[in-house]
Amino acid sequence: MIVLLIGISLLVALGFLVAFLIAVKKGQYKDTHTPAIRVLFDNETENENKEENNSESK
Amino acid sequence: MSESKNIVVSLVCFHCGDECKDDSIKIDEKLFCCNGCKTVYEILDQNKLCNYYNLDQTPGISPNFNFGNRFDYLDDPSTIQKILDFQDENISKATFHIPQMHCSSCIWLLENLYKLNNAVTHSQVDFLKKELSVTFIHNKISLKELVKLLTSIGYEPQILLESVEQKTENKVSQTLHLRIGVAGFCFLNVMVFSFPEYLGIDVNDSFLKTFFVTLNFILSLPVVFFSGWEYFGSAIKGLRKKIINIDFPISLGILALFGRSVYETLSQTGAGYFDSLTGLIFLLLIGKFFQEKTYSYLNFERNYKSFFPLSVTIKSIDPASDGQEGTEKSIPINKLMVGNRIIVRKNEIIPADSILFNGDGRIDYSFVTGESKPVSKVSGEMIYAGGRQLGSAIELEVIREVSQSYLTQLWNNDIFNKKSESFFTNFSNVVSKRFTIFVLLTAFISAGFWLPSSFATAINVFTAVLIVACPCAIALSVPFTFGNAMRIFGRNKFYLRNTSVIEDLGKIDSIVFDKTGTITQLGKSDLVFTGTVLNSFQQKMIKSLVRNSTHPLSLKIYNSLEADEFYPVTKFDEIPGLGITGVVFGNLIKVGSKEFVNQRLEADTITTKIFVSINDETLGHFSITNSYREEIDEIIKTLSKRFKLSLLSGDNEGEKFNLLKFFNKEDELLFNQSPENKLEYVKSLQSLNKKVLMVGDGLNDAGALKQSDVGIAVTEDISSFSPACDAILDASNLKMLPKFLNYSQSAIKIIYISFVISFLYNLIGLSFAIQGMLSPLIAAVLMPLSSISVVMFATLSTNLLAKKRGLLSQ
Repeated sequence: MIVLLIGISLLVALGFLVAFLIAVKKGQYKDTHTPAIRVLFDNETENENKEENNSESK
Repeated sequence: MSESKNIVVSLVCFHCGDECKDDSIKIDEKLFCCNGCKTVYEILDQNKLCNYYNLDQTPGISPNFNFGNRFDYLDDPSTIQKILDFQDENISKATFHIPQMHCSSCIWLLENLYKLNNAVTHSQVDFLKKELSVTFIHNKISLKELVKLLTSIGYEPQILLESVEQKTENKVSQTLHLRIGVAGFCFLNVMVFSFPEYLGIDVNDSFLKTFFVTLNFILSLPVVFFSGWEYFGSAIKGLRKKIINIDFPISLGILALFGRSVYETLSQTGAGYFDSLTGLIFLLLIGKFFQEKTYSYLNFERNYKSFFPLSVTIKSIDPASDGQEGTEKSIPINKLMVGNRIIVRKNEIIPADSILFNGDGRIDYSFVTGESKPVSKVSGEMIYAGGRQLGSAIELEVIREVSQSYLTQLWNNDIFNKKSESFFTNFSNVVSKRFTIFVLLTAFISAGFWLPSSFATAINVFTAVLIVACPCAIALSVPFTFGNAMRIFGRNKFYLRNTSVIEDLGKIDSIVFDKTGTITQLGKSDLVFTGTVLNSFQQKMIKSLVRNSTHPLSLKIYNSLEADEFYPVTKFDEIPGLGITGVVFGNLIKVGSKEFVNQRLEADTITTKIFVSINDETLGHFSITNSYREEIDEIIKTLSKRFKLSLLSGDNEGEKFNLLKFFNKEDELLFNQSPENKLEYVKSLQSLNKKVLMVGDGLNDAGALKQSDVGIAVTEDISSFSPACDAILDASNLKMLPKFLNYSQSAIKIIYISFVISFLYNLIGLSFAIQGMLSPLIAAVLMPLSSISVVMFATLSTNLLAKKRGLLSQ
């Protein structure tokens, strides 16, 4: 029983390790600054609406 | 600079935020300072990218549309090949360094490049590295066009010979990440499985016992052989060169711990020390990670090539037409050969020593000598590399290759190639070498001593000695103390090349200052007019005249005079090196050197004075006084108490009087110093066994900066800075220099204390281990404990000191 539980816990942990390794391989740790800024940009559709509003108000 | 006080609200360019001269250039009530900015706005507006302006106020950078054939070298297939990261039939990938990137708007615009040109499929920014990687369809847009596109929106990529020559992607940090991940994972799991052992729970079930131990053994394998390879690899490399480096005893310690644990597992005599083993490697790697992270963004080692243009325009001479006419083409600079006829346009840098063949040379050597007055050259004269042509295009014949030019030679002087060895790295290497031999001997002798009485004790003693004596605390204290100190310096805009600079800084006893650009502010020198007070009409006439000249001094006069309208100037003439003349409303105006303006006066070479005459009546002269950086007197006062100070200047003695206000009488003030003089001066100080700190602007004193024990380049703009020096200091923080020096000295003391602590650990541990009183388990606990306590001590004490010194906010 204990052996099974430990096996499962190890597998779960291993899953996280694999996730981490994939993240590293994909270069997620190469640049930790830019994505934080990028996420704040509005997406396309909103952009254009906003622009139109802006140009109207100006 | 320009004082348009009559305008209440200053007109600010909608694109770049610069002041607008008037409101003549505008679209939709948006003002622009120049047509360049207006064009960028139009491009962005057409492509519905004006969100750019919502993200940040006036984010743009004034673009330069004057391409000429500047980017022609990008047509050269071999150059393209060097720049591209990747290429297949359809797409190409390239990474550019764009120093102009400065705000979130920049990121947004650069990542929306595909909207400006649909040949760009993807663009991504790395803001901290100021890099843009672009994927584009090379059938639709060439690399040259892409670079032109970037330049036209104000983001000109910095393509340097350097970066073209060595394009090796740094994969080291990725491997380190992986190693830490694996080590961390295994360490934590091993800890969990070791819990029964820790709590002393008596596991009667021998199956579970073996199960746990086997699991730990399996988990430790990747740690030792993958994560630990960081150390084994380095130790083996060292051994191949017949050097025992600090990684060798660490490797030996790891191996002893591992060997001992495996032995216990196989012989089923104990649980082994897998927890200590994995924990040790994990902690060691974390330390290494911190160290690397601190200076991964600070890699600023560049050489003279960074300054030189990438391409030159050569004029190929057709032998059939007797050298008369030829075609112009752009070639990469490394293909430039002796005898080539090259064309250097206005504001271009002369790439190689050459002879002026055609045209008037007006060369600004401020880059080499620091003297801002341009030198005029006539046909047949020799022109050294590194000067910048200010006048119209000239034709030159190359007489020396780029790599042999005067400037290059200065840069290539031995010292530039000398890699100074850090004392502490040396010290810890020497210590670990001696220590390792000592430890090995102790281990064998004590094992031999115990062998007759008990084999088990002998093995115990042997491993315990090896483990407890592993000098990893010594290895850790240096990177942690210096790494943290470097981080603290970085926060204060003082960027070091590597940690050994701190060590050198702490030993400094004399400081040499460069004047121009270091203790004076570049481009901020004040212009003072002495003589008859100029009325506003005269001022307007002079301003109208100097407007026609691009000479730096003319620009200074232009900026210092107030005038809201300009008069037409006729018969304008500029005599290089002497001055300018022109006629305004029938008044003959001369602006220039003394002998040029008034023949009767004697030439005066002491100070830079620009004389003005109207209708041959000399009105007076403008003189340039340097404006000193704020608090310079305090810095010098503080420093002069503890260091021997000297000042070197490429300029003439005109400033001596002003400088004496700051410096003591015993300090040496030297003028008219060429870059080589400066280098020799530093050398002469060093021959008197002085440890010299050179503070310069890094342009004309690069040789001296490198020769000195520590060379600090003071700069206004860190991102665009280049030459080889040991540290870069933001000009605004020059006043912190005394604090930095004090702090470096303290950092060295901290390291000594750390050394003492870890030696004590080792000695006490060793003495117990030899007597057989220390089980390897306690030894393995003691080892990371000593490492951790040393690391804690180093980090906390550096932080605490920084707070005390005001280098770190509370």
